[in-house]
Amino acid sequence: MSDPFAPAPEWEWERVRPPTGRGRPTLAVFKLASCDGCQLSLLDHEDALLRLADVVQIAEFAELSSASMPGPYDLVLVEGSVTTPADAARVAGIRDAARRLVAIGACATAGGIQSLRNFADEPALARRVYAHPEYLATLADSTPVSAHVRVDAEIHGCPVDGGELLEVVAATLAGRRPITRPHAVCEECKQAGHACLLVTGRAACLGPVTHAGCGALCPGVDRGCFGCFGPSESPNTSSLAAGLARRNISEKSLRRLLRTFTAAAPAFATESARHGDV
Amino acid sequence: MATSEPGPPRREVTVPLLRRVEGEGGLRLGFSDGALSEVALEIFEPPRYFEAFLVGRGALEAPDITARICGICPVAYQTSSSLALEAIAGATLTPEIAALRRLLYCGEWLQSHALHVFLLHAPDFFGCTDAVELAQRDRGLVERGLRLKRAGNQLLETIGGRAIHPVNVRAGGFYRAPASAAVAALVPVLRDALEDARAAAEWAATLHYPDLHRDYRLVALRGAGAYPIESGAYVAGPDGLAVSPAEFAELAVEHHVAHSTALQARLGGEAYLTGPLARFAHNRDLLPPLAAAAADAAGLGAICTNPYRSLLVRCVELVAACEEALRLAEAYVPPDPPAVSLRLGQGRGFGASEAPRGLLLIGYATDAEGDLTWARITPPTSQNQLSIEGDLRVLAEGGASLSDGELAQRCEAAVRNHDPCISCSAHFLDLEVTRR
Repeated sequence: MSDPFAPAPEWEWERVRPPTGRGRPTLAVFKLASCDGCQLSLLDHEDALLRLADVVQIAEFAELSSASMPGPYDLVLVEGSVTTPADAARVAGIRDAARRLVAIGACATAGGIQSLRNFADEPALARRVYAHPEYLATLADSTPVSAHVRVDAEIHGCPVDGGELLEVVAATLAGRRPITRPHAVCEECKQAGHACLLVTGRAACLGPVTHAGCGALCPGVDRGCFGCFGPSESPNTSSLAAGLARRNISEKSLRRLLRTFTAAAPAFATESARHGDV
Repeated sequence: MATSEPGPPRREVTVPLLRRVEGEGGLRLGFSDGALSEVALEIFEPPRYFEAFLVGRGALEAPDITARICGICPVAYQTSSSLALEAIAGATLTPEIAALRRLLYCGEWLQSHALHVFLLHAPDFFGCTDAVELAQRDRGLVERGLRLKRAGNQLLETIGGRAIHPVNVRAGGFYRAPASAAVAALVPVLRDALEDARAAAEWAATLHYPDLHRDYRLVALRGAGAYPIESGAYVAGPDGLAVSPAEFAELAVEHHVAHSTALQARLGGEAYLTGPLARFAHNRDLLPPLAAAAADAAGLGAICTNPYRSLLVRCVELVAACEEALRLAEAYVPPDPPAVSLRLGQGRGFGASEAPRGLLLIGYATDAEGDLTWARITPPTSQNQLSIEGDLRVLAEGGASLSDGELAQRCEAAVRNHDPCISCSAHFLDLEVTRR
């Protein structure tokens, strides 16, 4: 995936500012198929939440408020992936109501853990869980928001980093480009001074090909990165996979490592397909 | 938010989207000829098939994958998953690892209970649309809740690496034991949190609660010498039920019924309730001292069956979580090694822990290579769904003369009493409402 914060033609900051006289800019938060964790990242800013509510009109945020204002909204955050015909239609409506739309989290940007269905026979999965799968109306694949509508920015992570989320919200409202980290977890890990798990051979690690943003949390607890922020920009996934294979990581382990929280992200999906089928 | 079809005999009251709950659902009441004919808590969260795609994965991947069911209570999923795998392996945690797991879980209780009590539930008692409006009336109250929530998140971050989907948890324990100094730094935070929690319990005792008492069949872990959080001695239920999680899994039968669109758990064919009211009823004698004193001062008896007063019980549990966390943080010894190693062969095991909103039961089966061959996940909200519908039935029958808007508002607030986590329940719920 390309750098989500690269300038794009539609990156016109004036467009996201409220028209003169309309008061505070409006914020809306919507949820598709997901766990709620990424929108919780906003509520987890305990110190900033009430201040944010002073400068922003929280117009639609079902988890937080019973108040509901119709669009258009200056900034819309969308959590979750599209997995049903109803949500495919809904996300189109959300786009229409959004001056700027930011997809937040692994589900919204890559299809999330539920994109494991993309590699399997979806009706068979439904039969395994439901006594009456005929009641379900679902799509065969779990897809990111960008597969359906134009997305102005994406924030990666399962879950997103709360600081990055607030930065994107604040930058949008201030009319400037957000300061975010486009590089790989590997660089954050070096900055944090952690011993390299691949060099020491302590664990398989996706840090070299995974999008930064977490602060190299897993290597910090002596655990290999499992790629929950999805592929970094131009990742050399094949090279890493070959290196891991040389370290006696089995094909099955490699495939599982790549097929977890951002399994359907193209760089991970393509490489995982080279290591057998589930 | 309410709509109605014109005139009798058919009247429908709906809340298309429940607000201030985790996940997306609605409710529908139907009246025929003035009599209540239909009550449904509707879930339109898309199914995510966790039980299906866990099959074939490595068992040690299960805690992290299963955690993605819910961003509000990931530690509950990680813990019940780990307990199930530890049961398969026949592993026993060292006391140091067990203490650290309980400390981490206290963080989730603080975070989740503070979120629910102050941001989601409290506005109902003041006629406010949300905590932002509530803060305009009483900023100190909301700020106290946010401080408690922050303390919980600090605990989670210190031990788990991050608050949402912690990275440091594994079956058998942890990847790395937090440094003593990092845990020691939590002590002053938890001391302040304890004072905030005690003040919260005093405040909650002053609220006016609707006088509704329900004949719930209450199910919770019975603590093994301490209030049940990360584990318990057994599952306690109505009529002296005392069974292991594996036995309870046999008794709590999940039904996929058309009228309610969901797999609903029933016990002996009937509704039951998990969560703070159930934990309190089965474990009041195990509350730590300050929490017990707070319960006494608030006038809570041996049992509380008023769903609105669950807010008060949650505040008592906030005190308990602070007390326990403080005790554990002060006594912290880094576990070495940070995890016991698990030898996973063919087997089947169950684990149960007390998620903030109720009992979370998870079962896995593994093959000789330690890969998962079967998974069962029974979250609190699926177990509570029938009891929530029971609450709505009582309110709808008693409030049939109310306007649609008033009745809808009253019912929506009643759903919030139980802090439902619809994201949790949705992984096995129908997308489309099908009525026959």
